[in-house]
Amino acid sequence: MLESFLQFTFSGLTVGAVYALVALGFTIIYNASDVVNFAQGEFVMIGGMSTVFLRQDGLPLAAAAALAIVLTTVIGILLDKLAIARAKRASVLSLVIITIGASIFLRGAAQLVFDKQLHRLPAFAGEDPLTLMGATILPQSLLVLAGAAAIFVGLWLFFNRSRTGKAVLATANNRLAARLVGVDTAFIMALSFGLSAAIGATAGVLITPLTLTSYDVGLMLALKGFAAAMLGGLGNPFGALVGGLAIGLIEAFGAGYVSSEYKDASAFLVILLILFLMPRGLFGKKTVERV
Amino acid sequence: MTALLSVQSLGIRFGAVRAVNDVSFSAKPGEVLSIIGPNGAGKTTLFNMISGVYQPSQGRIRFDGADVTELLPHQLAERGLSRTFQNLQIFHQMTALENVMAGRHLMERRGILSDLFGLSTTRRHNRETKQAAEALLERVGLADIAHREAGGLSYGMLKRLEIARALACLPQLLLLDEPAAGCNPVETEEVEGLIAQIAHEGVGILLVEHDMKMVMRISSHIVVLDHGEKLAEGRPEEVRGNPRVLAAYLGVTEGEEETADALD
Ligand SMILES: Nc1ncnc2c1ncn2[C@@H]1O[C@H](COP(=O)(O)OP(=O)(O)O)[C@@H](O)[C@H]1O
Ligand SMILES: [Mg+2]
Repeated sequence: MLESFLQFTFSGLTVGAVYALVALGFTIIYNASDVVNFAQGEFVMIGGMSTVFLRQDGLPLAAAAALAIVLTTVIGILLDKLAIARAKRASVLSLVIITIGASIFLRGAAQLVFDKQLHRLPAFAGEDPLTLMGATILPQSLLVLAGAAAIFVGLWLFFNRSRTGKAVLATANNRLAARLVGVDTAFIMALSFGLSAAIGATAGVLITPLTLTSYDVGLMLALKGFAAAMLGGLGNPFGALVGGLAIGLIEAFGAGYVSSEYKDASAFLVILLILFLMPRGLFGKKTVERV
Repeated sequence: MTALLSVQSLGIRFGAVRAVNDVSFSAKPGEVLSIIGPNGAGKTTLFNMISGVYQPSQGRIRFDGADVTELLPHQLAERGLSRTFQNLQIFHQMTALENVMAGRHLMERRGILSDLFGLSTTRRHNRETKQAAEALLERVGLADIAHREAGGLSYGMLKRLEIARALACLPQLLLLDEPAAGCNPVETEEVEGLIAQIAHEGVGILLVEHDMKMVMRISSHIVVLDHGEKLAEGRPEEVRGNPRVLAAYLGVTEGEEETADALD
C-alpha cells in the first residue's frame, strides 16, 4: 500500500518536473511577449533527438547533450527573430498561430533530419534502481529532479539579482515603460525565446533515458506543460513549478489507481476545469487595469 | 547657447490622418519649452516621435549634437532623453521605490556573475541605486509610500512617481506630458515648483500641460500646435496676445473658459 503510494509519487514527481520545465518555458515567453508559444514542446523534442543523433555520430554523451542544448537555443532565437519579431504589428492571437505553425514545421523538419523511429539514451548515472521503503527509484529520476531544481533556483537568482533579469521582469510588467527606462525589449524577447528553448532542451535531454523520444513527443509535452502553466497561473514561475508537479502527480496516481488508459486525459481534464472554474490558476496575477 | 534638441519639419501620418505636419522648433538646456494646443492637436504624438516610440514619416530630430531620428526609445534613454506619459506607464506590480530603481537601469553597469553571487560591487551598486531612488521619492513628496505597490496608488501620486522614475537616469532632456493632469491644486503647485527646480539644474524640459496659468508662468518659450501644425511660437507674452492662438482655443468647447481666461 505505502510502497505503491511512494512509487506513484516518485514517478509523478519525475514526470511532473519535466512538465514544470515545459511550463516554465511557456511562462518566460508569455511574460516577455504575451505569447503562448506552442512550439515549446518541440524544444524538448529537439533537445532529446539531437542528443541521440549527435551521439550516434560519435560524440560522447555529455558533449552531445551540450551541443543539442546550444542548437535548440539557436532555434529558439531564430523562431523569435525570423517569425515573431518580424510580425511587428501582429496581434497576440496571430503570434500564437505563428508558434503553432512553427511547431508543425519543426515536427516536419525533425522527421526529415532525424527519422520517425523511437529512440532512447542510456541513463547518465547507471541503470541500477535505488530502493526506498520498498519503492524503487531510478538514478535518472533523481537527475531529472536535481536538474529541474537547479534550473528553477538558477532562474530565481537570475530574475531577482541580475540587471538583465530585472529588465525581463520590467518588460513583463510594462513593455513601453521598460523601453523608456532603457531596456532593449527586442533583446529581452530574443533572450526569452533562447532561454525557454534551452530549458526545454535540457528537459528533453534529462527525460529521454526514462521515456524514449521521437519526432512527435513535443505535442503531448506542450499540452501537459500548458495545463501545468494554466494550473499554476500563466506567467508565474513558481506556479509553473507547482502546476507541473501537480499534473505529474495527478497523472501518476490516476494511472496507478484508476486506469493507465486515461493517463493523458487527466491533463486535458485539468485544462477544462481551470478554464471553467479558475481562469487565473492557483497563483495567477490579478489582471491589471489599463489606464 | 546651442540647442539641445532640434526638430526639423517633423511629421507623421496614420493612414490618411496627418497627426503632425511640418513642425520645427528647438529646445535649450535649462529651459522649459511648452507645447500647447487643443485636444487632438498632436502634442502627445510629437512626444512619441521625439522619444522614439513612433517613427516619423517626415523630418529629422537632432539631440545633443547627433541625428537621432531613427533611434529606438531605449537608445534615446541611453543618450539622456527621458519622459513621462499622459496616460501613465507604470510598473504596477512593483513598489513605488522599485519603479524609481528601474529608472536607474541604465546607470547600473556591472557583471552578471557579480550579480548572481552577490559580490560586494553589486551590493554597493544596489545600495547606491536604492539611496538615489529614495532621494528622488523624497523630492517628489512620495517618501512615505515608497514600499507600497504602485498599482494601488492614487492618480496624482502616480503622476509624481513617473516624474521621479524619469529623473532617475539623470536625463539631459525631460519630456513631461500633462504632469499636473488629475492633480489637486496643492499637488499642481508642487509639480510646478519641481519642474522649475529641475530646469534650474540645467535639464532641458519639454512640457505639455493644460493648466495655462502654470504654462505662462513657467515657460521660457511656447510652441502652439493646432491640427498637427505649428500655429505660433514665442515667449509666453507673445503667444498670449496672438489672435490665431486665441481663435484656435476658442474653437474648442472643452476647457474653453479656463484657457480663454488664462490667455487673456
Ligand atoms: N497610434 C495612432 N493611430 C492613429 N491615430 C493616432 C495615433 N496616435 C495619435 N493619433 C491621432 O493623432 C491625433 C493627435 O493626437 P494626440 O497627439 O494624442 O493629441 P494631443 O496629445 O495633442 O491631445 C489625433 O487625431 C489622434 O487620433
Ligand atoms: Mg495628449
